[in-house]
Amino acid sequence: MNDSRTETGGRIDRSRPVEFTFDGERLKGFAGDTLASALIANGVHLVGRSFKYHRPRGFLSAGAEEPNALVHVDRGGGRETPNLRATTIELYEGLATTSQNRWPSLAFDLGEAANYLSPLIPAGFYYKSFMWPRSFWRHVYEPAIRRRAGLGVAPKSADPDRYLHRYVHCDVLVVGGGPAGLAAAIAASEAGARVILCDEQAEFGGALLHETRGTIAGQTVADLVIEAVATLAGRDRVRLLPRTTAFGYYADNLVCLAERITDHLADPDPELPRERIWQVRAREVILATGAIERPLVFPENDRPGIMLADAARTYLNRYGVRAGKRTVILTAGDSAYRAALDLHEAGVEVVAIADLRASPDGTDVAAARAAGITVMPSTTINGTLGRMRVKAVDLGMIEADGKVGGGERVPCDLVLMSGGFTPSVHLFSQSRGRLAFDAGLNAFVPGKPVQRQHSAGASAGAFETEACLADGYAAGEAAARAARGEPVSRLRAPASRDARHAGYAGMAPSQRSERGVKAFVDFQHDVTAKDIKLAAREGFRSIEHVKRYTTTGMATDQGKTSNINALAIVAEAVGKPVPAVGLTSFRPPYTPVTFGAIAGASRGDLFDPVRRTPIHDWAAEQGAAFEDVGLWKRAWYFPKAGEDIHKAVARECQAVRDAVGIFDASTLGKIEIVGPDAAEFMNRLYINAWTKLEPGRCRYGVMLTEAGFIMDDGVIGRIAPDRFHVTTTTGGAPRVLHHMEDYLQTEFPELKVWLTSTTEQWAVIAVQGRHAREVIAPLVEDIDISAEAMPHMSVRSGKIAGVPTRLFRVSFSGELGFEINVPASAGRAVWEKVFASGERFGITPYGTETMHVLRAEKGYIIVGQETDGTMTPDDVGLAGMVGKAKPDFVGKRSLVRPDMLKANRKQLVGLKALDASIVLEEGAQIVADPHVPVPVPMIGHVTSSYWSPSLQHGIALALVAGGRARMGQRLFVPMPTRMIEVEVVDPVFLDKEGTRLNG
Amino acid sequence: MLLIPCPHCGVRPENEFRYGGEAHIARPSRPDDLGDQQWADYLYMRTNTKGVHFERWRHIHGCARFFNCVRDTVSDRILETYPIGASAPGAAS
Repeated sequence: MNDSRTETGGRIDRSRPVEFTFDGERLKGFAGDTLASALIANGVHLVGRSFKYHRPRGFLSAGAEEPNALVHVDRGGGRETPNLRATTIELYEGLATTSQNRWPSLAFDLGEAANYLSPLIPAGFYYKSFMWPRSFWRHVYEPAIRRRAGLGVAPKSADPDRYLHRYVHCDVLVVGGGPAGLAAAIAASEAGARVILCDEQAEFGGALLHETRGTIAGQTVADLVIEAVATLAGRDRVRLLPRTTAFGYYADNLVCLAERITDHLADPDPELPRERIWQVRAREVILATGAIERPLVFPENDRPGIMLADAARTYLNRYGVRAGKRTVILTAGDSAYRAALDLHEAGVEVVAIADLRASPDGTDVAAARAAGITVMPSTTINGTLGRMRVKAVDLGMIEADGKVGGGERVPCDLVLMSGGFTPSVHLFSQSRGRLAFDAGLNAFVPGKPVQRQHSAGASAGAFETEACLADGYAAGEAAARAARGEPVSRLRAPASRDARHAGYAGMAPSQRSERGVKAFVDFQHDVTAKDIKLAAREGFRSIEHVKRYTTTGMATDQGKTSNINALAIVAEAVGKPVPAVGLTSFRPPYTPVTFGAIAGASRGDLFDPVRRTPIHDWAAEQGAAFEDVGLWKRAWYFPKAGEDIHKAVARECQAVRDAVGIFDASTLGKIEIVGPDAAEFMNRLYINAWTKLEPGRCRYGVMLTEAGFIMDDGVIGRIAPDRFHVTTTTGGAPRVLHHMEDYLQTEFPELKVWLTSTTEQWAVIAVQGRHAREVIAPLVEDIDISAEAMPHMSVRSGKIAGVPTRLFRVSFSGELGFEINVPASAGRAVWEKVFASGERFGITPYGTETMHVLRAEKGYIIVGQETDGTMTPDDVGLAGMVGKAKPDFVGKRSLVRPDMLKANRKQLVGLKALDASIVLEEGAQIVADPHVPVPVPMIGHVTSSYWSPSLQHGIALALVAGGRARMGQRLFVPMPTRMIEVEVVDPVFLDKEGTRLNG
Repeated sequence: MLLIPCPHCGVRPENEFRYGGEAHIARPSRPDDLGDQQWADYLYMRTNTKGVHFERWRHIHGCARFFNCVRDTVSDRILETYPIGASAPGAAS
């Protein structure tokens, strides 16, 4: 056991020891520890390998900004999460963690070879290497790169946990529970506002949780936090959400929060969800998101044992852990002196504080000197030593002219760095607020907000506790007033921005030349100062381009510790001030969000709605295979024992052609069009003429877009002078209704017409075949269904099997057919009666595949299969349907645009392979002459192709340029293994005279 | 997600709505009288405004009615909504 843990102090519960494992080793910590603090307490600093060079890495930070210490957590039973930050994982009994991106082990990682090959893999090497030979990319380079890429390993089994979404409104949402956030929540709730306060950590308090110095109004900081949280918890209009990260800020003050509910529990209640997403609509938002300490960029600044000064202070004061025994501190601001004092008092030997500034002074500096700590102004670090843990630093003296000389080599096991603080403006920037560069702070701070929002505390540039409390309180009062509708300014007087915290941005001065020096800017993506300078030398000027070329700021930490340093290095390299180089965009999420949380309940059966017809269960009981058509499940074919799809479809087709079949057409879209102007409305929306269609008759209607292209089709029955029963394609119903409503509401509002979707109200049973009439006759009441009284394309109202029906005599098979529309609730009962009545004729249920074959034999198009949004009625041979006498209809004018009249447009034709046994492939291209040099001009493609059991040969429909003029010509369908010769034929393969369907 | 004030229902979240393209493009009453270029302009040419844009939305998961909307395409802020048939607000034009 080592003596990293202090004897007293910290917020851990020393009465509750907790056992956990890291890479299989059993270790002990305390309740209240994070994985990071417990590992450091056990003397473990080597926790990961870097992304590109596989360099040994330790902890840089103590919070959500951590770039290095990513681990894999396995809770068993498929509950695995990769890439979790050890600094944010709360310790619990049995926590099992493993390191990532190393093989075979963390201490002996073969990938580290990359570190020594680094001169060969500079920034952008992906774009410079792997270019030749071209064929190597797919089979050699890409698979190799993919194997090496990434950090963690994705789990392979389904996530068994549950995730929920909640939607809430509030007056004031406060993001961040540090001094500013606590004060804001107190002020806002005091003024009567409904407040939500969220914080990503387990405890509220933020930076106050590791502040042990000083008092506020006579109170210790720890007592202040206890009192503030108790006050808020006692107010019933306040909702406190710990362990909740505000990760996305969207339009109109919609802020998304991710609450982690069970990840910190050893044995969570199985009823609890793992995480919950809160979608909060807030009248006012207060961003009190704090600030993140900046690393300093010096050579070999990434060894385990080199961390941010405030992180070491956090480990000590909050968790009772000394991060080392002997430390050297490199700083450019005053806050590191407080860390030095705390560590010094806890028994850590502070060898020296090297300060980049020439003459540091002020109370913190004086206090350190008074404690006997050596302060070395104008001093930098020229390099560090130690492979698995830092062993020593080489100090360097900054001369008056800015040059750096050599210095002492100082042995140490902990190096702390502090480049000042970067306000966390991520959410402010996501909310589209413009940032302003504050040269005094070396940082971007929020400018004027564009939403109903206030920034407060350190995120607005106030870095001292008293200033944060005052700023937060003022923001809370203002937000409460604004939520009541009172006018307020959302940009308060700038908080006291203290130049002692300006820090440093960019590459720290160094004696060593750039060659061979690795001074890391982005630790997680292994981007060095040299890489960024190289990008600038190669001509990248915009920070957005530098970012993408070097990938700085693009890792899972999104550059929380690296962006400002990268920016300053680019600014120096291109000789521009930082604000002129600009800043990359901050995008959601602030920290990674699990896919489970985003999906919420929308998985498995709830992923997508499923639509089933009233006859679905009957088909399922018969063993039907189903296919997805939009959201619908449709019976595809009904296999009998031993049948595959081909045999089943051949049998079903034969049954319809020779006897009778029954088909569930309930998914057809249906719209009821009613009103005195119904016929006029139909005239304007469809190409056909409707005025003269008598009640009781049907017509096949085609609808165009205004651009003249077919958008939908379907049989339409006129039920009464003022009432049409419109059917649409299965997938097209919502689109058609929207299109109709658009014209009715915005172009023809004077028409008295009402449109109602009735798709779900009607079950539709198609009975097709020569015995169709005999099958339904015994069931029909009040309708004369004789051939004379009810010809093809007619509709009657009456009863069938005692149920009211709209009975259509229509056919999509080419046979005598009826489509029985009955109320959906009666669908299955009527279906079963019709089926029973048909049994004496061998009635056969058939599915969509047979329906497709039957209609293709007849040359009937399917919108979306024979048409693709660029086909006119003439293209598919329906020019004769256009109501030429009509003065206007939607799409009419477009039909005479010059392009629509070209002779060489693609037209619908039939194709027959010369080898009748061949079934062409749908989508196959068609050429006129395969012997011309490549590229061979393609003149069309196959749209539908089936084996026709009736004709005993393959049939295909195709769109071919100038196709109708090519009847009888030979064309070619080139396939990978052979050239298929085909003949252009009429698209109607069967019964062109229509004797069957008029029977 | 925007909050959109439907002129008929009040303020509702964006996912209850469907965008409907640029507003105040009236369908010509006698299309046959238009030349090919004029008809093509009506069909395809839109202003693609940077700034204050007049557009149509439909409250498809609410009252199902189309309405007009004035939105600033730079800030993505909705400035005003008004029923179909009402003339464009002068203040915003």
